[in-house]
Amino acid sequence: MLDLLKGIWTVFKHSFRKRETVLFPEEKPNRPPRWRGRIILSRDPDGQERCVACYLCAAACPVDCIALQATQDEHGRRYPAFFRINFSRCIFCGFCEEACPTYAIQLTNDFEMSEYYRPNFVYEKEHLLINGPGKYHDYNFYRVAGISIGGKGKGESENESLPVDIYSLKP
Amino acid sequence: MATIFIDNIPYQVQDGQNLLSACLSLGFNIPYFCWHPAMHAVGACRMCAVKQFRDENDTRGSIVMSCMTPATDGTRISIEDDDVREFRAGVIEFLMINHPHDCPVCDEGGECHLQDMTVMSGHVYRRYRFKKRTYLNQNLGPFINHEMNRCIQCYRCVRFYRDYCGGRDFNVFGAHERIYFGRCADGTLENEFSGNLVEVCPTGVFTDKTLRKHYTRKWDLQTAPSVCPHCGLGCNTIVGERYGSVRRILNRYNHEVNGYFLCDRGRFGYEFVNGSNRVLQPIIRDSSNNSKNSNQPVQETEVLEHLAKIWRSSKGIIGLGSPRATLEANFSLRSLVGPENFYLGMSEPESKMISRIIQVLRSGPVHSPSLREVELCDAVLILGEDVTNSAPRLALSLRQSVRQKSMEIADRLKIPRWADAAVRQAVQSKKGPLFILSPFATKLDDIATETLRIDPNDIARFGFQVAHEINHEAPEVADLQPNLKELAIRIAAALKQASMPLVVSGTGSGTLSVINAAANVAWALSDKGEKAGLFYTVPECNSLGLGLMGGGSLRECFEKVNSDSVDTLVILENDLYRRAPAEMVESILRKCKHTIVIDHLFSKTIQKAEVVFPCGTFAETTGSFVNSEGRVQRLYRAMPETGEILESHNWILEIIKTVKPDATDHLLNIDSICESITREFSIFKPLLELAPSSQFRAIGQKIPRQSHRFSGRTSMSANISVHEPKPPDDSESPLSFSMEGYPGIPPSSLIQRFWAPGWNSGQSVNKFQSEINGPLLGGDPGKRLIEPSTGNKWNYFSDIPEANGHRDKEWLALPKFHIFGSEELSRFGASISERAPKPYVGISSQDADLLDKKEGEKVSLVIDNVLLNLPAHIINSLPRGVIALPVGISNLDGIELPAWARIVENSNG
Repeated sequence: MLDLLKGIWTVFKHSFRKRETVLFPEEKPNRPPRWRGRIILSRDPDGQERCVACYLCAAACPVDCIALQATQDEHGRRYPAFFRINFSRCIFCGFCEEACPTYAIQLTNDFEMSEYYRPNFVYEKEHLLINGPGKYHDYNFYRVAGISIGGKGKGESENESLPVDIYSLKP
Repeated sequence: MATIFIDNIPYQVQDGQNLLSACLSLGFNIPYFCWHPAMHAVGACRMCAVKQFRDENDTRGSIVMSCMTPATDGTRISIEDDDVREFRAGVIEFLMINHPHDCPVCDEGGECHLQDMTVMSGHVYRRYRFKKRTYLNQNLGPFINHEMNRCIQCYRCVRFYRDYCGGRDFNVFGAHERIYFGRCADGTLENEFSGNLVEVCPTGVFTDKTLRKHYTRKWDLQTAPSVCPHCGLGCNTIVGERYGSVRRILNRYNHEVNGYFLCDRGRFGYEFVNGSNRVLQPIIRDSSNNSKNSNQPVQETEVLEHLAKIWRSSKGIIGLGSPRATLEANFSLRSLVGPENFYLGMSEPESKMISRIIQVLRSGPVHSPSLREVELCDAVLILGEDVTNSAPRLALSLRQSVRQKSMEIADRLKIPRWADAAVRQAVQSKKGPLFILSPFATKLDDIATETLRIDPNDIARFGFQVAHEINHEAPEVADLQPNLKELAIRIAAALKQASMPLVVSGTGSGTLSVINAAANVAWALSDKGEKAGLFYTVPECNSLGLGLMGGGSLRECFEKVNSDSVDTLVILENDLYRRAPAEMVESILRKCKHTIVIDHLFSKTIQKAEVVFPCGTFAETTGSFVNSEGRVQRLYRAMPETGEILESHNWILEIIKTVKPDATDHLLNIDSICESITREFSIFKPLLELAPSSQFRAIGQKIPRQSHRFSGRTSMSANISVHEPKPPDDSESPLSFSMEGYPGIPPSSLIQRFWAPGWNSGQSVNKFQSEINGPLLGGDPGKRLIEPSTGNKWNYFSDIPEANGHRDKEWLALPKFHIFGSEELSRFGASISERAPKPYVGISSQDADLLDKKEGEKVSLVIDNVLLNLPAHIINSLPRGVIALPVGISNLDGIELPAWARIVENSNG
């Protein structure tokens, strides 16, 4: 009997506390910067696609909702021919972002994703790719990778010496 | 057996190996780079260090390289000792210093031996903060991509390319820290086995350029065990599929057959599967509307109804089998039309040669060796076969066989055979006996003891004489030139001295008597008590299987059609225009009222057909092939059924159901076909034990074709429907199109990929072997059908052919095979066709002078009333009076060679 009254008293006390809920959608909730919301593909500081189609996000995805196909331009720069995320399967775990070696795939603050029609949750590359570097402003994978791409030859990456002269006889 | 102690626990190991292979055989993980099971040890990378102790009282021990230390009785080592772990971590850190930050864009990533070994050795963080060394790459042709920055200087590539394959156009250059592995200038790697660099290289310096066009990681490939369809050797392969197309072919280790290596045709010849000239839908060609050539794609039910109509109205039906279709498909066609109406789809000379080969192997006393046994032979005679081009993987085995004899030098010096550098130093360039008789230079000439350039009839005559010199009971060739006679005596002596002599011949010369002569030589050796081997190459992946089934040749089929008792032709996976002269084929197809073709590529035959059924290629077929050794092997489809494409045998089963609805003894599926085959032919008995039946389950589960880390399951088809489809069923095999299933090592015939925890690369094969370089766990897949008979009475062949001699104004045209281009299917792949030669006529330099022709000038010649206008190609090695025509190059199809050709003057090029 006493316990019951204690419970009612606790509930009564809470009715004078500050409200935790907000009046969504008029009022937006506060989200921490590392919030895991809608996934995007970012661009490097030079404005090129960051994704190099390494398939690590797809491999890390526990629900296998990422599918892509790698291809490359005539200078050897690799990018995805298609990149598809099925958000109706996505659990927003953020593993893809952790797996990504180029900071291409990132989770954003946006969580307002609701549809009446499931196929609308299937996002292709044109829906995913944004026009900026997202959370990581300076990183450009191809500036540190050893392969050459259009506009960057061998030995022109960061911390690389010029290509070896194999004909040299110097000790 | 020797007892070695590893971390104080005794183990029994085979004598005569090094510690590394002993430890790997026992299942221990020791990191390594330069050691390769087929190329043995050189001790270059310092990665496989272990600590060795003098005896049980020794507590300090010393660090040794396990690949350079013999596993002798009483050896005490530690793999897990702290010192040695630190040593290995230091070595890998040094090796990784210049390795670029490439893994995300590297094709090797996910199956990289360097990644595996780095993780295994515990090197996790880079401490090196200085500049990395870089290199310029080379363009190495259509097969191999070069990215030299990734190199860790293990020397495997150059040892494989130069020492193992005998290649000359690839080497190591530079000095000090400028070591460079490549060619002296950009250009296509010429060796026929260059594709193996992809698997030999422990990291991503050499990667598969054809895979790069549609790159997929290893874990994303849906893979199945398969058998290469591009020659008669039946090398075991793994086919990888993704998004409905074949992405690559990898080697599948089979101790007895291909070992660790494939040829480039087998590895890169898959592209035809994804090509644009695939038949994708059934076609009914309206015969009333002939002029408009209306090829109408139709549905399965419609085409079967149409077929039933044809069947009812037809007065006689003939089935034409195919040496490139599976045993099961051929047999179901045979049951459809009846044995008396079943013909082998092979040309007259070819079917004669195949049945002779079968006769020789079945009734004679000589064993047909496997490719591994070929490597152990210590004297070889090649009669009229250009092995590198007709059965490429055999050439690689022959290259190893010439080392057998000279290995005795190393044995005398007590150098263990696995100490590769020391053995090669001791042996230098000494080689065992290899005699090549061929009309033109072959790629094996550089290791040959003696070569002789004569035409096929002379080769046969010479072979008969060699047999006579070995054993005088064999018939003698009366009128042979004295210098040839002397050579025959020399060859006979060398073969008799050998402990395992081998005779290689085959269908490549197109001459039956060469096959007889080879049999005589091998039989004569065997009669003298030698343990001889006899290897016949056959042209296609199932030539021998079809031959064992038996049936009339193409010419007999044509005769039957001409006799007017037949008006319907069912052609299984066969382009008749490749098998017989075009004129003859056309008259036959005109004569037949109905032509039904089951095939996967559009061919001239399909263009003439009334009904076309689209069947699966080797990547979409489950079935069995019999290779040239007489070994039957099972292949499994890697791709699920797509669209209207069915496996050939399933189309035929559908047809049987339609045209014979009330028959009771239906063939139902591949298992019942196999049972029927064994009931009908006792020789195919082993077919039932060949592989687990379709009902087999490992601990109640199927074997998954997809890896446990297969990605994109819920997204790959989401653009079509967000509801994931049910995984396709595979009722014909114990493999499933799924990532769920038995995760362990499957039975050897069902190994769909080589992977083990910590071993993502193909090097993980050591976890699937019973011991290093030994058979796979549970025995190698495949069963030999043909064993030599011991009791049978056999007689030497005595029909020695006449010499061809020289004819005035006429030249003997001989077939010349090309590894790239001569094979029917692979030539449709983009990268293979880039390497294929253009049509030409090869003439000797003397004949070119005589005809006043220069390289590239047009020559007009007439063979069998067919006029050919071809550019001349001067081949210095050709004897006079002989010309060579490339086999299987597009407009030279269907000409039966050897044949006499007339060169027509006043050609206006």
